[in-house]
Amino acid sequence: MTDEEIKHVVVELFKKIAPDTEPEKLAPDDDIRHTLEIDSFDALQFVVALDEHFGIETPEEDYGKIATMKNLIYYIQQKKTRLPT
Amino acid sequence: MIEFNMPSLGADMEAGTLREWLVKPGDKVKRGDIIAIVETQKGLIDIEVFDEGVVNQLLIREDEKVPVGTVMALIANGEKGTGKTLQRLGKETETGKPVEEWQPVIAPHLVKASPLAKRIAAEKNIDLQTVKGTGEGGAITKEDVEKAAAQKAVMNEIKPPATESIRMAVAAAMSKSNREIPHYYLQQKIDMRKALAWLVEANKLRGVKQRLLPVVLLIKAVAKALTAVPELNGYWENGFRHKDEINIGFAISLRSGGVMIPAIHNADKKTLDELMTALNYIIPRARAMKLKSSELSTSTITITSLGEANAELVYGVIYPPQVALVGFGSIIEQPWAEQGMLDVRPVITATLAADHRATDGATGSRLLMYINNYLQKPELL
Amino acid sequence: MNSNDTILITYREALKQAVREALHKDEKVFLMGEDVGRYGGAFAVSKGLLQEFGPERIMDVPLSENGFVGAGIGAALGGMRPIVEIMTVNFSLLAMDQLVNNAATLLHMSGGQLNVPVVIRMSCGTGRQLAAQHSHSWEPLFAHIPGLIVLSAGTHEDARHMLPMALQSADPVIIFEYTAMLNMEKDMPGNTSDFNINKAMVRKPGKDISIITYGAGVYKALDAAAALATMGVEAEVVDLRILRPLDKDTAFESVRKTHRALLVEEAWATVNISAEISACIMENVFYELDLPVQRLGGVEVPMPYAKHLEDASLPQKEDIVERVKKMLQHD
Repeated sequence: MTDEEIKHVVVELFKKIAPDTEPEKLAPDDDIRHTLEIDSFDALQFVVALDEHFGIETPEEDYGKIATMKNLIYYIQQKKTRLPT
Repeated sequence: MIEFNMPSLGADMEAGTLREWLVKPGDKVKRGDIIAIVETQKGLIDIEVFDEGVVNQLLIREDEKVPVGTVMALIANGEKGTGKTLQRLGKETETGKPVEEWQPVIAPHLVKASPLAKRIAAEKNIDLQTVKGTGEGGAITKEDVEKAAAQKAVMNEIKPPATESIRMAVAAAMSKSNREIPHYYLQQKIDMRKALAWLVEANKLRGVKQRLLPVVLLIKAVAKALTAVPELNGYWENGFRHKDEINIGFAISLRSGGVMIPAIHNADKKTLDELMTALNYIIPRARAMKLKSSELSTSTITITSLGEANAELVYGVIYPPQVALVGFGSIIEQPWAEQGMLDVRPVITATLAADHRATDGATGSRLLMYINNYLQKPELL
Repeated sequence: MNSNDTILITYREALKQAVREALHKDEKVFLMGEDVGRYGGAFAVSKGLLQEFGPERIMDVPLSENGFVGAGIGAALGGMRPIVEIMTVNFSLLAMDQLVNNAATLLHMSGGQLNVPVVIRMSCGTGRQLAAQHSHSWEPLFAHIPGLIVLSAGTHEDARHMLPMALQSADPVIIFEYTAMLNMEKDMPGNTSDFNINKAMVRKPGKDISIITYGAGVYKALDAAAALATMGVEAEVVDLRILRPLDKDTAFESVRKTHRALLVEEAWATVNISAEISACIMENVFYELDLPVQRLGGVEVPMPYAKHLEDASLPQKEDIVERVKKMLQHD
């Protein structure tokens, strides 16, 4: 999967959880939750959706690694290549 | 005969518009069944019935707006009807004859419309009562219904956004609160280190879907504290009325503005996982403005939690007729002095807004102490 | 032949050509009736046929409807293909016993052994002030009777082509012809490849209202539709043609399209064909209706002699136009 494809999926997932946000306008280094005004509940929903879609597992301590779009895409790429063993 | 009334879905609600009956005369209903959809300023609400019986008569037409308390339907449960109801129905009550349970259902209004117009109206969900007939003798024709349908489509487009009416609903409720309730405020800083550490461990055992958010600890702590301080759980209606059930109204801010406050029933009796499940159930529906009547009308106290990266504390406005509101600010790292030592701790500031007619500061203070104590022993929650 | 070709012809000539063709085609066919031979027919439909075909095949009969209709039925049972002409519908009542108790019933009473392939032609409706003696519209009386096939030749085309087709039928056929139309000259389609006597016909398509009619009502309805067209109303004209067995589906199809129906006929309104069609519409396409079905029928009096009263007793083009306008009028 290319970064662009991952970004596309992520944007769709955000839109599903928070329909009135505009995730496609996120800059790579924007803090996602702050910019989209996503609360902890929606953030959790997003992680659930992320894990389900990409077949990865995102532990709580990794939340800091997925705060921006750039980091999130990198994180997903890393996780995906590591899996499955 | 039981009267099914337009419920009050909050102190700010004066009337509701019946959008759809989900039952018809002859249908059996039991407690908890959703029998109607009512539109209020808070959106479309599923209305539940609290009795068991057989729907006898629907008295309100779809799309009719009626004040809170109006009898909408009669449900037969083996009891005789009340005089009040029967009078409204124009029946003799003084003959002493037993009132028969079964009554024929007669359409309350005869609408003069062509069969085709009626068919199209049914297909397009147009209430013929609202259509002006231009046919012979005022009969409603196909053309009239199609015009009405087109108008309805336009109306739906230009209808003020739901958020606007929610804004008005919040405005009405808060104005009433500020006007009538003499608030007093207390606040308490709470060290969240233990609670958060416990939560990290607890979440390691849970799949991502089962993960708990800090807010469930807060909800549970408040609910348990209320069992110890019941004076803050209930309504002020010509005096304080204590409620046995602890139904926590959880304020959910809508992204587009406004607040919905669905109830988490019997929060004190729910486990943390059950509370998380309840949140997962109500938050998306609240944001979609699709809640059940019981969720909107039965809160006995309100919690507002600002969540992370937000203001440090909140002084809430009580949601009438409740007598208290517990607010939580953001969890913020702060210097914390304890036993002569200075440390940095994650700290949350809990506030209480309470109705001074119902309680005094000492009672409110006890509640905050209990909340603090429970959050120091998260394993007991 | 090009399907667009038309033939200009009078209604009388169309009827005559039909009889003549039938006589030429099949030697079992013969014509019998009052004054059909030497007089040339009361309405001159069979003029010259006696000379052409001889007295064996163009047979004058005594003034006894029950007698000669019975003779026709007998001939049909004996293997012939008789065309029996009853001068006007008024006299047909004298032959009712033969028509109902024999022609319509023998197939049933013989356990399916005896078909009665007789064709009865009769003039119907008003002529030139022929009054109550000769002018009634009694199609409904015959359409009531199972065992009969009842045709109504409301157009020149049907006057020309119904008879040959009726002669193919194994069962008794009654053809109503219209005195008032005898001298009318009209263009008739030359191509008859899809001609049938099973289906009602949409004589003029339209989307606003269905005028369902037959017989002498057809041209009146078409004239009314033309007048309505100038007012922006597109009326559809349905010619029922076959009054028994009724082709209801064509009527339903039309109502499904226009959602409004006006039923027009010259027969007295009470218990007429329109009453039947109306009931069938209610039973089958009620939810297509945007207006109550309406009827224009004959005024319930014996046909008057005076011209203006005769005209007034029947639905005319103007009446149809007025009624349609009223039906389509909104507040």
